[in-house]
Amino acid sequence: MSNEVKVHIPGELRAQVDDQTEVAISGATVQEVLGSLASTYPVLGKRLFSPEGQLNRFVNIYLNDEDIRFLDNLDTALSNGDEISIVPAIAGG
Amino acid sequence: MSYVEGLRCKVCSTLYPVEARTICPEDFGPLEVSYDYEAMRGSVSQQSIEAGPASLWRYRDLLPIEGEPKAGLRSGMTPLIKADRLAAELGVAELYIKDDSANYPTFSYKDRVVSVAVTKAIELGFDTVGCASTGNLAHSVAAHAAQAGLQAVVLIPHDLEEGKILATQVFGQRMVKIDGNYDDVNRLCSQIAGEFPYALVNVNLRPFYTEGAKTHGFEIAEQLGWRLPQHTVVPVAGGTILPKIWKAFQEFIDLDLVEDTKPTIHAAQPAGCNPVAEAIEEGAEVFRPQKPDTVAKSLAIGNPADGFFVMEVVRDSGGASASPPDEEILSAVELLASTEGIFAEPAGGTTLAGAIRLIESGQIPRGESICVCITGNGLKTAEAFRGRFAEAPVIAARLDAFTEVMASSEKNELTAVATASTVE
Repeated sequence: MSNEVKVHIPGELRAQVDDQTEVAISGATVQEVLGSLASTYPVLGKRLFSPEGQLNRFVNIYLNDEDIRFLDNLDTALSNGDEISIVPAIAGG
Repeated sequence: MSYVEGLRCKVCSTLYPVEARTICPEDFGPLEVSYDYEAMRGSVSQQSIEAGPASLWRYRDLLPIEGEPKAGLRSGMTPLIKADRLAAELGVAELYIKDDSANYPTFSYKDRVVSVAVTKAIELGFDTVGCASTGNLAHSVAAHAAQAGLQAVVLIPHDLEEGKILATQVFGQRMVKIDGNYDDVNRLCSQIAGEFPYALVNVNLRPFYTEGAKTHGFEIAEQLGWRLPQHTVVPVAGGTILPKIWKAFQEFIDLDLVEDTKPTIHAAQPAGCNPVAEAIEEGAEVFRPQKPDTVAKSLAIGNPADGFFVMEVVRDSGGASASPPDEEILSAVELLASTEGIFAEPAGGTTLAGAIRLIESGQIPRGESICVCITGNGLKTAEAFRGRFAEAPVIAARLDAFTEVMASSEKNELTAVATASTVE
């Protein structure tokens, strides 16, 4: 089953997605959605994933308000209307 | 005039100009200030530093500002204390406390990073500064902004200690509490930085801000008589200060200001929030984020973006990590207080309790020199100690009443309890 979700694009990456702030994509899991985002926008894709398909360790992915590492990571299943945020990791203090 | 070359990506080494930018657009790697060390050689010496002001600005050649310092003119140069009574208690030969609970003006190590970041914010033309904070940073940003005549907006988790909140609000700046934990605050701030014209000191000014943390390490080396401790135990929250103490030691080594005695850096995190310490103990490549639950609120960062660099430094230096639980943390604060007269916040208790664990496990040999880094003041977190001490007796203002109360053994019993609880 495939659901349409909204992916929020951070300022640093908008140039790679034709200046959109969000992109609507269908997919059953976070992996599927980010994978199809990466193939539609290959320059962005190269920054999100390593050639081996590993997610860049300096990027955090949130499903709605939760970090996907507290869920099933890239295998987290999606529901229609979910929102995914790509947020560059910035250390705090 | 400075020795700054630009901002360099820690992952791909691409060099960027000096501006309010924190990550590399190519790979999202964090940016770090890059200096021309060759040009420093011969000019930056023990003598040139000793001739500088009695503040962290004595190290300005190794800090990323272009003009004169504009904030924190009295910050830094906190005491390095030879803690002989605590050393005797722990059975170690040579123990030092680097005491940033006495930092000026807001009693935590954050006055270092904020001194540099606020100066940089003014140089870059910002009129509003801000931060995502677990409390100490908000306190320091609000104070420095007030002093510099800037506006400040500080964002904190909603459940911080009252002492930190009131001590921040007194500066008359804007505070916003976030219904969530620090990691939620941090995430929001990274989005705010893209939309508002603010200098968020630990977000878009992060490369400059973090350089200020080096001064904690510079001072340890200079105050030890231009040498390095064999073991330095450092608390880890977002992961700023530990790699920067390492960088400070390496810069002094590279500039021939100290001998390379192969210093070892150890990490301490509370058991209730120890993603980095856990990954080090497990030998893992990446840390797993956590939902913090600890009395050491200033260390309650479950998703530390610089955690990776902490792991790298601890491993490269041959160090280890420790994760004491809350009771050990509070007992260690009391031990530091009762032996050395220093009241640290629970983050300091975490560091000392972590050091005690590493000494007892043999990972820090008892005969080697040890420096424990205290980064915050217990007066701001006094409520963490509520209920831990017996009520003081109330007596009539009469000599016989005083004589009677002193004859009771209550004080001695309490001391015995306090001592017993520190020796686990």
